[in-house]
Amino acid sequence: MDAAASATPTPISLSVRDLSVFYGPKRALGPVSMDIAEKHVTALIGPSGCGKSTFLRSLNRMNELILGCRVEGEVTLSGQPIYGPGVDAVAVRRRVGMVFQKSNPFPKSIFDNVAYGLRIGGLRDRSEVAGRVERALGHAALWDEVKERLNESALGLSGGQQQRLCIARALAVEPEVLLMDEPASALDPIATAHIEELIHELAHDYTVVIVTHNMQQAARVSDHTAFFYMGDLVEFDRTNVIFTRPAQPRTEDYITGRFG
Amino acid sequence: MRAGRRRIGDAALALGTGLCALLVLAILAVILGDVAIHGTPHLTLGFLTQAPRDGMTAGGIFPAIFGTVALVVLMSLAVLPAGVATAIYLSEYANPSGRLTRLVRVAVNNLAGVPSIVFGLFGLGFFVQFVGVGIDKVLYGGDRVYGQPALVWAALTMAVLTLPVVIVATEEALAAVPREHRLASAALGATRFETVLRVVLPQAMPGILTGTILAISRGAGEVAPILFVGAAYFLPKLPTSPHDQFMHLGYHVYVLSTQSPDVDATRPILYATVLVLLMLTFALNFTAVLVRSRMRRRHAGVAA
Repeated sequence: MDAAASATPTPISLSVRDLSVFYGPKRALGPVSMDIAEKHVTALIGPSGCGKSTFLRSLNRMNELILGCRVEGEVTLSGQPIYGPGVDAVAVRRRVGMVFQKSNPFPKSIFDNVAYGLRIGGLRDRSEVAGRVERALGHAALWDEVKERLNESALGLSGGQQQRLCIARALAVEPEVLLMDEPASALDPIATAHIEELIHELAHDYTVVIVTHNMQQAARVSDHTAFFYMGDLVEFDRTNVIFTRPAQPRTEDYITGRFG
Repeated sequence: MRAGRRRIGDAALALGTGLCALLVLAILAVILGDVAIHGTPHLTLGFLTQAPRDGMTAGGIFPAIFGTVALVVLMSLAVLPAGVATAIYLSEYANPSGRLTRLVRVAVNNLAGVPSIVFGLFGLGFFVQFVGVGIDKVLYGGDRVYGQPALVWAALTMAVLTLPVVIVATEEALAAVPREHRLASAALGATRFETVLRVVLPQAMPGILTGTILAISRGAGEVAPILFVGAAYFLPKLPTSPHDQFMHLGYHVYVLSTQSPDVDATRPILYATVLVLLMLTFALNFTAVLVRSRMRRRHAGVAA
């Protein structure tokens, strides 16, 4: 995609080259090439089944948990390949965090949810864990709401709070990139607004890649937008370009609601 | 007219099915009532704490209680790790449509259908004659130590018998843990093992325990598998090591009811022994129900 180069004047976090994803013999995505700008928000849009979630999951190798999934091509994170011999998927996922469509806190306390990744990573020092849990909850704009009840079950939180908890949990391990798969699609408008505001804030410190079905959301929160259709990257550009004067007629058809 | 006939048919069906349901209740009531009425008078502290005397026409059943509990504990120690590990492999690691997985599943199902007496013969042939005699040859220069019926072999035979139940119960408990939790854990950089240990098992534990306790309670009353591999007719002393024989409540019931020199003298002892055996298995079942309801309550409390 020659659109890739023009869309990224800033340093590149994730560089994707000729990435194809197969489920069994069937090609679900690609080949796709694009560069994702560091500390910016990149939105992936497109109709259901267009490959945007598949693309997202291939950025932290979550695809590998799906049986029969095969990835071709190259992805580098800050210049280092994330696929290839000798690269540990578990290590990649510590650098590229993920938030899912449905909030999925563990049935543990709020504190233990956020501390989970730290403890898995071998951090034992209690005050260090506590400090990073507080920082992560602060980053996710949840600290003030939960600081009095850190030992209560995370499942007692509201839907929006649960999703912000999942964001805090992902941030606690201090990844470079945060992937979000329709993070607000199951939330009410107020909770959604909270999340969108948060995404804006997060982009100061993290590279954010977000899949969304909601065109207004993509327009509101992202700096760059990629439009996927039938497993191909149709267009990738600055968000205001995509939404005001897209180069491809198909992009225009989609964002104006003519199909999808 | 037709409506009337249909109403009669309906009522007859309700009556018939209801009677069948009552029959189940009645059977249980008769068994329990009979055992309780005849067994309770003899159920004294002495009966529970003494050994049998005078050709089992007097004394208590302490060695049989001790032996049964020892058997159940050892069996649980053997079957829990093996069963849970197998279920974890099947549910978390194995390719669900792979040939090995399907083969293991078929094996588990067939194992569950093997008659318990066959397990007894298997235990005698494999554990006692093969493993036990083998140990004796290697470690004891051919002296008979492990190469004879013993508590440890009975426990292992019983473990094999209950293994399929534990595997199936554990698999169900693991399957009830939402996939999203596994994904969340993986996305945080956890290995599969860390995910199983820290996310999946804690959530599945109540279900695993419930299923396992039920399996154990079923095993506790089984006599056929241990006939050849360790249960003793009568022992003057308690087992002190895994290679000792032991007395068992179920086997003791069999012995009392078929081998007594004085049937009238034995009858109250027999009733009381059956009562103790029933109480033991009911206690285990009740524990399982308790664990399950506590788990349900915790889930309900959390969802609110």
